[in-house]
Amino acid sequence: MTAVAIGRAADGVRRRNAVLLVVLLAALLAAPWLVNDYLLTVMIVILYSAFTGQAWNIMMGFAGQLSLGHALYAGLGAYVSAVLFTKFGIDPWLGFLVSVPVAALSGAIIGFLAFRFGVSGVYFAILTIAFAEFARIGFDHLSLVNAAAGLFLPVAQYGHNDLLRLRGDPTMFYYVILAATVVAFALCRFLIGSRIGYYWLAIREDEQAARSAGIDTFRCKMYAVTISAAITSFAGVFYAFFYNNLFPEQVFGIGRSIEMILGPVIGGVGTLFGPILGSFLLTGLAETLDSALAAAGLDVPGAKEVFYGVCLLIVIVALPDGVWPPLARRLGLDKDKR
Amino acid sequence: MTFDVYLNVAVAGILTGLVYGLMALGLSVIFGVVRVINFAHGEMMSIAMFLAVVLFSAFHLDPLIMLLPIAAVMFVFGYVLQAGLINPFMTRPEHSQFLLLVAVGIIIVNVLLIVFGPDARTVQTSYAYDSFQLGPVLVDASKAYAGVAAIVFAAGLFAFFRFSLVGKAIRACADNYTGALVVGLNVNRLYALSFALGTACVGAAGSMMTLIVDVTPNLGPTYTLLAFVIVITGGLGSMAGALLGGVLIGLTEALAGLLFTPSAKSMFAFAILVLVLLFRPQGLFSKRAT
Repeated sequence: MTAVAIGRAADGVRRRNAVLLVVLLAALLAAPWLVNDYLLTVMIVILYSAFTGQAWNIMMGFAGQLSLGHALYAGLGAYVSAVLFTKFGIDPWLGFLVSVPVAALSGAIIGFLAFRFGVSGVYFAILTIAFAEFARIGFDHLSLVNAAAGLFLPVAQYGHNDLLRLRGDPTMFYYVILAATVVAFALCRFLIGSRIGYYWLAIREDEQAARSAGIDTFRCKMYAVTISAAITSFAGVFYAFFYNNLFPEQVFGIGRSIEMILGPVIGGVGTLFGPILGSFLLTGLAETLDSALAAAGLDVPGAKEVFYGVCLLIVIVALPDGVWPPLARRLGLDKDKR
Repeated sequence: MTFDVYLNVAVAGILTGLVYGLMALGLSVIFGVVRVINFAHGEMMSIAMFLAVVLFSAFHLDPLIMLLPIAAVMFVFGYVLQAGLINPFMTRPEHSQFLLLVAVGIIIVNVLLIVFGPDARTVQTSYAYDSFQLGPVLVDASKAYAGVAAIVFAAGLFAFFRFSLVGKAIRACADNYTGALVVGLNVNRLYALSFALGTACVGAAGSMMTLIVDVTPNLGPTYTLLAFVIVITGGLGSMAGALLGGVLIGLTEALAGLLFTPSAKSMFAFAILVLVLLFRPQGLFSKRAT
């Protein structure tokens, strides 16, 4: 192939990707007019999962650091903004400006300790779990946040949507999380094409080689954990104001952290579309299963989770790279020719 | 008087810790030989616990007597799991093995939840409220039996690894994979056997544990984390370390429950884990630096 032809092929891939993005975004923007309230809530759950998946993906997918304690950052974001709102009357967006540094700082502390002391791989994963569990038990005994009894946000019937205070109907929340997902996507896209993104990929593939090539791996990994924690904290703010109740058990539990990684793992770790596709597939199918069970008159607690487990198992065994990479190749959306 | 209270709680903690130790020993065998991070360890223990509960409530069979049959069932379960599901993953990256077992764990917890429901179940043995008086110390009979059974089981396992030919072959596999292949050992079978021995340990531990705690499906992840805390504290891959680590964590939890509040006890276990990971990643009782 001549250089021109290669360039043209790459242009084709780029154009098809752009078309896909525009169509997807248009469909998502129009969704509130097309679906009922129940489906809109499902869409919110899907986008929430896509958003947190994208944040986690920066750490694991880009920089290769397996975190299983991401619930910590979302939980800190949720609790900080909720406490500021309920106890001090501070609006969520201002609270968000506080919870981001708190989450980023905690991510930085964990990252500093782990990377400074050479805790890596599965040990790193266990360390992140330990911190999240530590926070869970700690918040369970913290009277400022009502401990295990849970922190509740006042739910008032608002006649209009108050975007500034994040009080309103599901449609408003839908657009908020959609905007957040779009911003996170753009940010991930920017990061992965930037210098730091290439450093991360080098670290993911072979940390020793990256270091011997002169990359400051410690600093790069610190950026990854701090950025990832900061983004995740917004999910927490959203969670607090959407659900209006916070329990340490639910917010910081290991189950929450595992839920966050399911989307990207199923969609494709380290890809841009993977977390989004994975969230759509997983939550979409799980909700279908739920409705089917409900329609059959069966109430089976745990069925959804078994389904998650089986999906995770099948994808890990059969599609180690996730669903997106083979799909992208088939659709001609992938730049590398294999 | 107060000293007696501490002594009593400490003894109870050590006895529970021995059962923890046996559970962690299983994880340590699996990691030490197969090098797989078994993130479904506690979930496997909860299978054993429900087996014990069902056998007790249906046929009134004592968990201490059923310990060996349950360990045998779990042995088969572990063998099949390793041979069928995990062996093809041996060459995959660490995180994908890890996620495979996370998936197995999620499935186990929720299948148990669907089958048995979320309510706690107990085993009411005839000696549930008995105790021994040893000087100033009042020892709970159930805990004492469980602790002794854990020591006996662990001793049997140590003897197997030290003296039997198969045990030696397994240790050879753990020490030098290529060397084991060269001398003609069937490594895949020995891996499956080691994984099975690990799950047998956790099966026995689960059976004993029903004497000490109430059984719910949600115990699984908690015990997985606890097993990791213990094994990392004791030194991953070190068998004696796992047992000692179990005693240490059991003691810590018991004293923390007494000094602070019982619900905050695992906070101290996690604090120990963090400190060990940072300052002595090879474990407290392991000489070899990894």
